[in-house]
Amino acid sequence: MTDNNEKVLIKGNYAIAQAAINAGCQCYFGYPITPQTEIGEYLSAEMPKLGRGYVCAESEIAAINMVVGAVSTGVRAMTTSSSLAVALMQEALSYAASDELPVVLVNVMRAGPGLGYIYPAQGDYNQSVYGGGNGDYKIIVLAPSTVQECIDLTYRAFYLAQKYRNPVILLADGLLGQMMEPACFGENPYPEVDVSSWALTGAKGRESRAIYSLGPNEKKQIQHVYNLFKKFEVIAEKETTYEEFQTEDAEIVLTAFGSMTRNIKAAMKVLRDKGIKAGCFRPITLSPFPHKRILELATEGKNFVVVEMNMGQMYKDVKYSVEGRSEVGLINRPVGEWLSVEEIVEAVEKLMEKNYAASIQYS
Amino acid sequence: MQQVFSIPKSMKKDFRYTFCPGCDHGVAIRLVAELLDEMNLREKAICSTSIGCSVFLYDFLDVDCVEAPHGRACASATGVKRARPDKFAFTYQGDGDFASIGLAESMHTALRGECVSAICINNTTYGMTGGQLGPTTIMGQITTTSPYGRNREYYGYPIRIAEQIALCDGTAYSARVALDTVPHINQAKQALKKAFEVQVQGLGFGFVEILSSCPTNWHMTPQEAHERVRNEMVPVFPLGVYKDVTTEKGV
Repeated sequence: MTDNNEKVLIKGNYAIAQAAINAGCQCYFGYPITPQTEIGEYLSAEMPKLGRGYVCAESEIAAINMVVGAVSTGVRAMTTSSSLAVALMQEALSYAASDELPVVLVNVMRAGPGLGYIYPAQGDYNQSVYGGGNGDYKIIVLAPSTVQECIDLTYRAFYLAQKYRNPVILLADGLLGQMMEPACFGENPYPEVDVSSWALTGAKGRESRAIYSLGPNEKKQIQHVYNLFKKFEVIAEKETTYEEFQTEDAEIVLTAFGSMTRNIKAAMKVLRDKGIKAGCFRPITLSPFPHKRILELATEGKNFVVVEMNMGQMYKDVKYSVEGRSEVGLINRPVGEWLSVEEIVEAVEKLMEKNYAASIQYS
Repeated sequence: MQQVFSIPKSMKKDFRYTFCPGCDHGVAIRLVAELLDEMNLREKAICSTSIGCSVFLYDFLDVDCVEAPHGRACASATGVKRARPDKFAFTYQGDGDFASIGLAESMHTALRGECVSAICINNTTYGMTGGQLGPTTIMGQITTTSPYGRNREYYGYPIRIAEQIALCDGTAYSARVALDTVPHINQAKQALKKAFEVQVQGLGFGFVEILSSCPTNWHMTPQEAHERVRNEMVPVFPLGVYKDVTTEKGV
């Protein structure tokens, strides 16, 4: 697999792995967990051929701390995991956010809570966007909806992580990880990022550097947290991305993230055939979240229906974004079989009767 | 006039130790700094720091440092070394960090034979939090969380770290030293040098456990604390080299 323009039929997990190589990932550290294990398997074969680092870590905790160590030296590094094991990495993510280290973490989501099972779900929206680590910090979260986007957003993840010195989560799911689709690797479109002003390479010809989050000086610590959030304001301003379909004349906007988007697009067409003016909206960056665009659409009087495979996690962010200017409904199933086009259409019709201010929960 | 004493280049010029009077951390850190100078490692050294009394290490050592969460220094150093094999990666940790919360990371780093050097200060207690029972607290020892003394029923047994690390196939060097006397300090420096050398030579994991005093939490004077190291710790944690692949010395 090379970085060329040929279309290949490839599984999401392999696409992420090869895209990481193309993006210049010098080290991979990981621990197996379904449904993302193929990423580690693929890289265990490919990284040694390239003379790059690969470690079968003893745990997810070790894996992400290896990433933290590696990226502190200015190289690109990654770990991948899934839901319950990503929970183990939250401490290190909080450190990395505070230390401003460009950690890249791929979460191929499965069902929870607890052990749950290996079928797909989207229950880690909150874990990713709001974080499970301590203190105030923000992570950049990218949500692919196709195998092609697994590639594109992996490239983007490595770039954004170094550009803003901020951890990035690529939030995929078991469906994407296990699914084969035609995709094209192309060239990594992002430029190299200069890390020489902060990377740890040994104090040669310069003063020594220390990267740490310890804050015994209260005033400095207060300023540090403000600085982190100011940085994220810039990220929100410059890097918020989303996708819209037929929202211009839409009365309702079906909203989803990740691979759930695939079915809302199909549902939109069915609804339009039935004379219901539906549009689609998909945040690509879950963090920063496209609050501003949602507010604009709400101000035009468009109601939202959030469709997601959890108990309504992104729903709360959409509800917050509309600032009461329009209604927000929810169609959800917590885990398991992806909500079908028929289920979405049926639920939207039911929600219409309630002026969208309700939720339809499937079991 | 002949200068007979100076601050190592690898120490910060304006450093001021925050350790309690009589604590051995200061001696251990100075030995590390002297060796980084003498072995010309300072300019390629990257230290993965730890949590506990050692947390302020980057205020004292004038080398590149990256903070690791509690117990994860060996994982961090693994990442550093895999990313930059030409650099010198080392950790400086307490016994709680290395052998309790971080035991998995420490032992697997040794098992993988990572070419990193790890230093573990063993003072039989959690110093920073005020003297609680730790993985190395010896039998009968009274701490704030073993007010009746360590016993098998409630607490089980302490870990002999240097011996355990020596059992790992990837370990190139493992030794236990103390800092209670000048000869012991000199021996400690030789052991640290060896643990650094095996990394430079690419032989595997280099490890030194340093028996250290904690007068404050032991409620002793510095002199009494060093006597305790000799009389109570050394019988439980014997000094010596437990593995050295350069001399083919076994366990």
